[in-house]
Amino acid sequence: MTANTALLDKLAYKETFSCVQCGYCLPSCPTYMTMGKESHSPRGRIHLVKMAAEGKIDIEAMGRAMDLCLGCRACETVCPTNVEYGKIYETAKTVITEHEKKSRSFKEKVIRKVVLERGLSSKGMMKVLGTGMDWYQKTKLDQVFRKSQLNKILPESMREMELIIPKVDKSKQMSRKYTILKPEGKPVMRVAFFVGCIMDAFFGRINDLSMKILQKAGCEVFLIEEQTCCGALHQHSGESEKAKELAKANITAFGKYNLDYVVNSIGGCGAMMVEYHHLFHPNDPWHSRAKAFAEKAKDVSWILDKLELPFVNNVPRTAVYQPSCHLRNVQKVSSQPVNLLKQIPELTYVKMPEEDMCCGSAGIYNIIHYDEANDILDRKMGNIKPIKPDTIVTSNPGCHLQMLHGVQKEGLQDQIRVVHIIELLAESVGISI
Amino acid sequence: MELITDSILKKIETIIFDKKRILTDITDRHGYAYDASFGVYVPDLVLQPVSTEEVVGIVKLANEHKIPIYPRGRGTSLSGGSLAVEGGITLDFSLWNQTLEVRPDDLIAIVSPGVITADINKEAGKFGLMYPPDPSSSHVSTIGGNLAENAGGPRGLKYGVTRDYVLGLEVVTPEGEVIRTGGRTVKNVTGFDLTKLIIGCEGTLGIITEATLRLIPKPLATKTVMAVFEDIVDSGRAISTILRSGILPSKMELMDQESIKAVEAYEPLGLPTDAEAILLIEVDGHPDALKSEVVKVEEKCMESGAREVKAAQTSEEEAELWRARKLVSPAIVRIKPTKISEDATVPRSKIPDMFKRLREIKEKYNIHLVVFGHAGDGNLHPNIIADQRDKDEMLRVEKAVEEIFTAAIELGGTLSGEHGIGVMKAPFMELELGENGLDMMKRIKRAWDPNNILNPGKIFPKKGQRLVLHHDS
Repeated sequence: MTANTALLDKLAYKETFSCVQCGYCLPSCPTYMTMGKESHSPRGRIHLVKMAAEGKIDIEAMGRAMDLCLGCRACETVCPTNVEYGKIYETAKTVITEHEKKSRSFKEKVIRKVVLERGLSSKGMMKVLGTGMDWYQKTKLDQVFRKSQLNKILPESMREMELIIPKVDKSKQMSRKYTILKPEGKPVMRVAFFVGCIMDAFFGRINDLSMKILQKAGCEVFLIEEQTCCGALHQHSGESEKAKELAKANITAFGKYNLDYVVNSIGGCGAMMVEYHHLFHPNDPWHSRAKAFAEKAKDVSWILDKLELPFVNNVPRTAVYQPSCHLRNVQKVSSQPVNLLKQIPELTYVKMPEEDMCCGSAGIYNIIHYDEANDILDRKMGNIKPIKPDTIVTSNPGCHLQMLHGVQKEGLQDQIRVVHIIELLAESVGISI
Repeated sequence: MELITDSILKKIETIIFDKKRILTDITDRHGYAYDASFGVYVPDLVLQPVSTEEVVGIVKLANEHKIPIYPRGRGTSLSGGSLAVEGGITLDFSLWNQTLEVRPDDLIAIVSPGVITADINKEAGKFGLMYPPDPSSSHVSTIGGNLAENAGGPRGLKYGVTRDYVLGLEVVTPEGEVIRTGGRTVKNVTGFDLTKLIIGCEGTLGIITEATLRLIPKPLATKTVMAVFEDIVDSGRAISTILRSGILPSKMELMDQESIKAVEAYEPLGLPTDAEAILLIEVDGHPDALKSEVVKVEEKCMESGAREVKAAQTSEEEAELWRARKLVSPAIVRIKPTKISEDATVPRSKIPDMFKRLREIKEKYNIHLVVFGHAGDGNLHPNIIADQRDKDEMLRVEKAVEEIFTAAIELGGTLSGEHGIGVMKAPFMELELGENGLDMMKRIKRAWDPNNILNPGKIFPKKGQRLVLHHDS
């Protein structure tokens, strides 16, 4: 094999040279720590991308390691030379997706087709999603599985997921209309609220609570109908053209209003939006529009940490916090959620060991790579159990479901409640829905 | 995989029952093709042993079939110690981290080779004890790698290096025998000191499967002083002056003007960019003693020509001062991506001379040379910042590195203070040791490892071998 110039261009080859292979990323990497192999470490993956770009290994050999990366980007936060791992990872995923479109395993094709193409980007599908795990039946995925006997290969992840998907009030989710919520008291900020797709379908209540808390803290909140999926799952799966389309739609939709911020309560979507400009070449006119949008996209905890919250209720609970990787490592929002937790009257926050480590959810990773995700989850639960908390606080729907799954696996559902940080804040400022 | 035939693989499966720890896939093997130095060498097979029995089995098999073996910890070597330069089997010890037992009454710790270095100090801390060696990578590196390379660290100035904290070892010889060296006592003069021979042998004489480490009482407190110098040579004098004043600081770290400027451009901390050098000096011990030691350090710096001195008043201020030092690495690689970190070391009295020589080398070869690191023990750490894709530049860098080695040796120093010889510095061995000195080492190697299976290609130069830093892509 020789270096293939097309591949040299497509992969972030230049960026791989920023890695001095010091290995400081190893302890931060959930897959390295659970699998114990260098090929599943950030340093190993960067090396493999470099080798593939130089034609020294084939794309499949690179793919075997890149496919198992969670994309949590914890490595970036500890890298002493600021390697742009996210960029290297995304380009590798795109190359792999292009290369594997024909050869992808049937089970994965089915999941991708349903989840990524039909699912997240179509309004109709979002409504189906609104009925909770019903989407699984309605998309005929279960029949496909039975007929193809895929249920023998991939039964557990789907079955287990079914157990943890919350039932959601369908009517509320799909009736989102253009709305303006007036601030309580003196107006301090003008914000739009980004509801997301999975989030709004499964956790529409969290969105509602978020908007009410913002309102209580003095924000004028705009709910815009034209908004769509953020595109994160598409981008992480190497479907970058689809991701671009969705980004443009959101930038256009929110660009029509004069806003201080576009607020969301979903770590993963927020991370996608703060990097929208990475989707476009700097010479593309969309690049500067995307950058302007990205600067306004903020997590709800970042906003609330800046504002005064009127705490009225005690919440006498013992909580650990599982940060969303994309909130912490990409949006760099790490101290704000903890600050907010510490302000809640009578709440005891305990920092768990390896708090910063991913829970294994990572978009659809825990569906496609169920066993690997489970090993990571077991490590997480092993860190949580000795603390004996009665609450696990999350900041992203994927983590939320994964932590629920962890609590159920351990048989702790009667002892531990999994909540979004917004639910605790709402309780303590006296908001209920 | 010519070296590793199916029948050998079959035999290996009778030694390591867990197939997950036998890595044959090209993706997995590529994960062990590098370390933190230079070059890509893909091993034919990677094994992850977790017991002495497994190591014995593998070594006996490899010795019988003359297959090279390369022990490896977490691959943080800066000299290529773990690279599979002649093909064969890489033994990855990172999974063997199960034993970390502190015996506070004996002031010792017993560890398996895959234990993370910093974890030993953390565990010792629970008993008011300390394991002093602190290589910068101690939160990543394994003790096995530290022992094989005899790793140092900033605290080496006061506390010495890995070798100074080892009482005994369990070692698998190149012929697959298990021996125990040293013991559990501080005093031990029974026979040759094989412990000290194995430590720093870079895995060429034996494979360490267990170590008994010496711990010491943990100092109660630390204090940090920052001193700013107009002339880097004055900072070198300050180091010698402080060390003669009855104080032994725990760390003395230097940042030269290039690194100060780079840090300020990267993240403004208010460092003086017009100064030629900053010294960061940490003293440790009883809080009452530290008060007067800080005053003395400040005085000695001023006497040696410091422009200003500043002692951190709180632990936050202390952390802030060290933050500047931590930011040097990310700051300088923004200039160019390739960092060649050298560790040639000179006697302390020659530190000012070495600064002068480095300045000359920098100008002569027109390279980005940044000096920062453990200045207090003469281990200056000149770092060269380059771009490995620029062949002309890399050739200049190779010449500059050769000249840095020569300068260190001419000043009575050594090629390597703490990184090891590995592949990179092998060509310069005779320069420092002389023909006979090197020959005695070769004889020891032949006696221990007649088939030359343990980490071949390291320490001893091949005929005509030269320093190579550029890589052909």
